[in-house]
Order: sequence, then C-alpha cells, then structure tokens
Amino acid sequence: MKISLSQIAHARSGDKGDTSNIGLIAYDPRHYHVLVREVTARRVKQHFGELVQGAVTRYELPNLGALNFVMEKALDGGGTISLRTDAQGKTYAAALLAMEIEVEPHELDR
Amino acid sequence: MIRIANGQGFWGDWLDAPIRLVEGGPVDYLTLDYLAEVTMSILQKQRKRDPNLGFAKDFPPLIAHLQDHILKRNIRILANAGGVNPIACAREVRRLAPALKVAVVLGDDILDRLDDLVAAGNELRNMDTGEPITLVRDRIQSANVYLGAFPLAEALASGAHIVITGRCADAALALAPMIYEFGWKPDDWDLLASGIIAGHVIECGAQATGGNCLAGWQSTPDFADIGYPLIEAHPGGDMVITKHPGTGGRVNRATVTEQLVYEIADPKRYITPDVIADFTSIRLEDQGSDRVRISGAKGQPRPDMLKASISYHYGWRAVGTLVYSAPDALTKARTADQIVRERLANLQLSFEKIHTEFFGVNACHGHLAPQIAEPAEVQLRIGVRGQDKAAIERFTRELIPLVLSGPPGASGYGEGRPQVKEVIAYWPALVPRETIQPRVEVVE
Repeated sequence: MKISLSQIAHARSGDKGDTSNIGLIAYDPRHYHVLVREVTARRVKQHFGELVQGAVTRYELPNLGALNFVMEKALDGGGTISLRTDAQGKTYAAALLAMEIEVEPHELDR
Repeated sequence: MIRIANGQGFWGDWLDAPIRLVEGGPVDYLTLDYLAEVTMSILQKQRKRDPNLGFAKDFPPLIAHLQDHILKRNIRILANAGGVNPIACAREVRRLAPALKVAVVLGDDILDRLDDLVAAGNELRNMDTGEPITLVRDRIQSANVYLGAFPLAEALASGAHIVITGRCADAALALAPMIYEFGWKPDDWDLLASGIIAGHVIECGAQATGGNCLAGWQSTPDFADIGYPLIEAHPGGDMVITKHPGTGGRVNRATVTEQLVYEIADPKRYITPDVIADFTSIRLEDQGSDRVRISGAKGQPRPDMLKASISYHYGWRAVGTLVYSAPDALTKARTADQIVRERLANLQLSFEKIHTEFFGVNACHGHLAPQIAEPAEVQLRIGVRGQDKAAIERFTRELIPLVLSGPPGASGYGEGRPQVKEVIAYWPALVPRETIQPRVEVVE
C-alpha cells in the first residue's frame, strides 16, 4: 500500500552554498530499512525535479535510523545569490516528507 | 563534568536567550555563534563605512549586562562575535565591562595575504565549481579561514573571561572548553570528535531543544520560553545534551537527531579543523527528563587543509511583489508577470536571472506544492539579478505601474518600490594548514 513518507519519518533540511541537505529520520528505528529501500537517491532526485538541478547523493546513518540526502545545485545559487523565497532550503524537509512510498502493511506493525 | 551552553545560533537570534541561560541555572561556559556565511558580508560592509565596526554589535552590551554573573560565578564566554574586526569588538567589551579580562584569537583573516598565497602556488579553487580564484580576485571583499578550537583553548588558559574570535568552526566554540578543562591533546581523535559532535548539536541554539523540529512540533511545550541547549561534558567523551529545568521546548532523541543531521554532508567524514568526526559511530540514549546522552564517538586525524570563506562582489538584485485577490487571483498574477517580462524584454535589459514565484501557490515547493482550486489571494513575487545595476534599478520601476495598467485589483505595494541590493557571494576554498598561524592576544 502507498503511504506518505511523513507517516513514518521526520526530517530537517538546510543549506551549504548552492547545496541543500535533508536528514530523513525514522520515528521508529525499526522502520529504517523501509527508508533505505524506498527513499533512494534516484527517487529523491525525481521527486524534486526541476527544483534540484544537480546530483543527489544518499548517505546512511543506521545508528540514528537516518538517511542524509545531499542535493547539489538545489537553491538557485544559494545563500545571498538565490532569488527564491526559500533560498536556504528550510522547507525542503517538508517537501520530501510529502513523497509517497510503498510498504507492506505488516511493516508498519510496532 | 562541565556545562557548556549555547545562547545564540546566529546573529539575530533571540536576544534574551543568553541571559536566560546564565540566570536560569548552572552554566560554566557560554558560547555564542554570531556568524552565518551571510553575516560576514554584512560585517564587511559595516567595516567599510566605519573602521571601528565589523563585529556583532549586540555582543558588547550583552557582556556588560552579564558582567556581575561572569565575575561572581566565574562563567566564561566564547563567541565568534569578532566578525571581521575582533580587536574592535574586544575594545568595545572592555569599554562597557572594564572589570573583565578579554582575549582575542587572530590569524583567520587572510585578505591581505591572498596574493602571496596564490603566488606561492595555492590556487584557492572554488570547492563547488573548481574555478580558480583569479576569476574573482579584483572583487574580493573578505577572506577568512575557519580556525579550530586549540587557539581558543589557549585563550582560555590566559585567564580571560571573554574569548572573542573571528571565523572559527562553529562547533569549536564548545570544543575549546573541553580541551582546556580536560587536557585533551591534538591527536585525541575520538575525544575531539565527541566534543565536536556535541558542539554541532548545540551550535544552532534552540534547534536542539525543539525549535524548527518537525517531529511532533504541535505538542512542543512553551515555544515562547524555549530553553536553549547545554552540554554536560565529561572528560572521557560522554556528552549529555539537556536544557535548564522549567524552560520550554524539549530535548529528546528526535530533537537531537534532527540537529545532528542538520547541514552535514558525508556523516562518516564531518570535516572540522581539529578532527574528522564520524557521525555513524555514535550512540544516542534518551534518558528522559530532557536529557540525551551521546557516546561512542570516533574521529579520524584532522585534515591537512583548512577551509576558507571568501566573499566577493557578485552583482545586484531586487525582488518586488504585487498581490491579487480571488476570483482568478492566480491568472491575474500570471498575466501581470507576463506584462513585466514583456516590458523588460522590450527595454533590452540584460539579467542573469528573472525568477517568478506565485506566493501562496508554489513559492516554497514549486511543482510539489499541493494544488489549490481557487486561492483567496496570490502574491506575485518577481526577483531579478545581474551585473548591470542600471538594469536592476529599471526593474524596480516596472511593477507598481501595473496597479493602474494591468489586471484588475493589484494591491500589496505599500512598501513602495523594490530596493536594489548588492549581492555578495561566497567562494569556499582550501588553504594548507601550515600557512595559517593563529595567535592569541589579551586586550587591555
């Protein structure tokens, strides 16, 4: 079944120059493997589409039940250059959590 | 065990936070982080106008306010409030709080040494684009290297109540007291990593204690009185993140984890001047009662190169807005955008970028924003940037005429014409460690 990523994970995003990163964290560490399977760098790149012009790299933090996505050329130049309202990618965490993922119902059992 | 608190996550953070931290419970060291990348350019402009400026102006009066606590309880302050003019900052602190001993850490400023560094074979290539610095050499306005914690620890050893730095790694402000108190050595990689990771957790202030925290934000207690974070640091590298009892916000696994992953790249290699910390090595233990213990940190040897933040004049920009109401708010705004673009094209003005957002529809999330059938109002927000200041200035004259000559009901122009602003951009580069000699000066 399809669920919104926001049902099993929270996130925080920020900037370094024109690069934005999103830390995605499973509320329950037992759901970390679902994040690893469903939220690939490729899917995140697709999800953000034209908002992110560069590469998306994924890093794993199993000890924290978290993934870190580093998205390049994601902020129209970033910092002082960007003309965007959200020049620092503060709202990208919420945008990622709107992604739909596929899970088996038993995977959500606690 | 020592308690290290952070009362300022950036310049412009809550003015009362450091005062509440000092007055609200036990604190041994108070750190204050004033320097976002954007801040350096603001300070640079201020120093250009007045050679006695270029530091965080909020800092000296704050220290004067805290002077009695600092003396009575032997609280010591570390702040990167020096900006691009640490000596002037220290003098102002001494003027307002003459009973305090103040030390500054210098050596981060390489603006006057850039040509020598380049001549010696350092290309200072842009870490993001790979371009050589010669491309922007004549437009550079500031150049500062991120220093590590050891010179700050040396400044503490001088007996100073107040340690003022320019550019240093944000987390170094918290690591320095641990080095000083616990006698950690420059190759105690795991210990240094534990201090840096704890420092990273508190460096953005209340972002560790429930601020900007997506997890359960609706139930976060008492945002208005949110407690700023503090570390209970132990000599063996165990760190507890907590806050004063009775304050708002909360510290739990979620708030600490969100801050751990904030603005990092490869979590196995969190590069700082003093150590490369491995965020995948740590264990979190939520002890309840707003306490999270971090243990097990591993570090690798510090890098041979230090990061420099170089600012340069990039060009000019302006952003203007108009508001349209329902019915057909979005269509009206789109029509107005087309009119502006057509007029700018007719004027044959050159812009590097014209960026349009329909605020209330797609400003933050673009195509990812949920679709709304009929927004009650839409703000048309057009931004331009480029090298030609005259073109940007002309743009600022092109929005308000639409109130009379465009789609019906344009509003929201009460702030007047958009302002032309200088764009100062950043050039991240690497310099060899051995070219940088930090030094400590006590300011009498």
